[in-house]
Amino acid sequence: MIVATVKLSDLTKAYGKTEVLHGINLDVEDGEFVVLVGPSGCGKSTTLRMLAGLEEITSGEVSIGDRVVNNLEPKERNIAMVFQNYAIYPHMSVRKNIGFGLHTSKMSKPEKEKRIDEVAAILSMTDLLERKPSQLSGGQRQRVAIGRAMVRNPAVFLFDEPLSNLDAQLRTQMRLEIKKLHQRVGTTIIFVTHDQVEAMTLADRIVIMKDGHIQQVGTPSEVFQKPKNMFVAQFIGAPSMNMLTATVAGNKAKLDAGPTIELPKAPGVKDVTIGIRPSELTTAKDGQTPTMEGIVSLVEPLGTETLLYLDVGGIEVIASAPGRVHPQPGDKIKLYADPEEIHVFDSATQETIA
Amino acid sequence: MANTAEIKVTADALDKAAPKRHARKQDPAAILRWILLMGGGILMVLPIVYMLSTSLKWPHEIYNLSIFPDEPTLDNYAYVLEDGRFYMWFVNSLIIAVITTVSAVLFDALVGYTLCKFEFRGRLIVFVAILSTLMIPTEMLVIPWYLMAKNFGWLDTYWGIMFPGIMTAFGTFLMKQFFESVPNDFLEAARIDGLNEFQIWWRVAMPMVKPALAALAIFIFLGNWTAFIWPLIVTNSPELYTLPVGLTTFSVEQSVQWELIMTGAALATIPTLIVFLVFQRFIIRGVVMAGLKG
Repeated sequence: MIVATVKLSDLTKAYGKTEVLHGINLDVEDGEFVVLVGPSGCGKSTTLRMLAGLEEITSGEVSIGDRVVNNLEPKERNIAMVFQNYAIYPHMSVRKNIGFGLHTSKMSKPEKEKRIDEVAAILSMTDLLERKPSQLSGGQRQRVAIGRAMVRNPAVFLFDEPLSNLDAQLRTQMRLEIKKLHQRVGTTIIFVTHDQVEAMTLADRIVIMKDGHIQQVGTPSEVFQKPKNMFVAQFIGAPSMNMLTATVAGNKAKLDAGPTIELPKAPGVKDVTIGIRPSELTTAKDGQTPTMEGIVSLVEPLGTETLLYLDVGGIEVIASAPGRVHPQPGDKIKLYADPEEIHVFDSATQETIA
Repeated sequence: MANTAEIKVTADALDKAAPKRHARKQDPAAILRWILLMGGGILMVLPIVYMLSTSLKWPHEIYNLSIFPDEPTLDNYAYVLEDGRFYMWFVNSLIIAVITTVSAVLFDALVGYTLCKFEFRGRLIVFVAILSTLMIPTEMLVIPWYLMAKNFGWLDTYWGIMFPGIMTAFGTFLMKQFFESVPNDFLEAARIDGLNEFQIWWRVAMPMVKPALAALAIFIFLGNWTAFIWPLIVTNSPELYTLPVGLTTFSVEQSVQWELIMTGAALATIPTLIVFLVFQRFIIRGVVMAGLKG
């Protein structure tokens, strides 16, 4: 039984004098599905490539299982990687592409063939084995790439933005398939994406990165409900969390946009930023004391809910209403947010105030 | 009758509806373009036509510029093909062109790949040095090549004819440009799959630039098949002559036997034509891609 824990300790990466990763520390459990997410240039792909052995490590340590793999070649690390553009060889059939992963294996030919057939069956590709990649759809090509990774039974699967080239519908479908695959094979997966929806739906734990630093590590609900700082709060969740600067006196926060909000407890600093998710800022019902009031500037009906873009004291705020409610631009609307769902950040440090 | 009239009317209507398309065909710019292309085509084809025409003429007729011989003859072909030397030169040309092509394609691809996909100190200097040799004409290189061949004892040998062509600057440049189009992900995927660097080049990168390899192979083959100056300089023994060099020896006393030279040249064109016809699509694709890349 392969123990496929992954440990990154004080990992740094520099290109010349420019450091792009500044001491990454991360422990991945055996069989865990961890997603590295962040905007372009945050260092998530570099981290993955260092783990794969495709980038040199400037300092720090990468361990897979109980081995430090810093100086091992990619092939010696017992990992498999799926790339964004699939990287399946156009001149080989699906069977040969999948079998390519067994190139260095000491298996006999019939064993290799059996293994390829097993993997193809898992990925529902048995009928496509003799086709060339040019005869496959985007989703099928991605499955071949996954098949080539699976065939070797690696300790860790690495996925580098594998769904980015697919259209929206196919992406959702492949997301589901990858999740099912993980449940079925139970191999440790480290997955890189810039799409927070992908991260939220796939991950056991999400690692949010920015500018070469880890911002927060946590389960999808942790990073959504208890973001550590303003960056995480805004990055996770769509549409982004409303951020309203305010000045505090006691436990009352006077928003620069006008209204005053009562906070559950005094934050202890004067300048704060109040964060409210659009999904938690709804049209006030009878009996609820409105949190703020705004004038509708734009309405986005999404079916199950309606997104409202409002002008609150000159600042744009996004709120939500039930799907059947369609206010008109220019309407004045009272909005309500549960005090428990209001996030308070220190404007100076941008960290969450507990 | 009524039906015929109806059809006539419809045809008239069609004629009237058509003039737009008709007018576009007679666009003066298009006509000029066609005239220029036709002129260019004729200029290209004319020497070949004269070659074929001369090969069918008697010696006394060769300075008659008419394309059609007065008394066409195949005697020249019979003479050239009965002369054992023609086959010898043909085989020499074939051996040299094939070996040089295989070698140049492999080395050019290997160097092009290295310059494209590996970071190393002095990479740019090496590339610029290789490129700069493209600016030196063959005529100037002939002297150093000759001195080299003389000092190493390669004069009048197959190797002496071949060595300047076993790797080409043009091919290296061309292949480097083509390897740019191979995404690094493919090479990295192979690296993770356990292939060594040579295997990655041979099994992954090379099949992905097949059209470029084919185009390069054709260019090099044709270049070597028709090479004249260097084989002429480096060889003394008639047994080592290549076809273009051998053909020039068809002369009697003071007079050159053009009809035999043209017959030999016409026969020498056959492999070129076969290569072109078989690999035409690669040539076109290669030229288009080289044009885009260059």
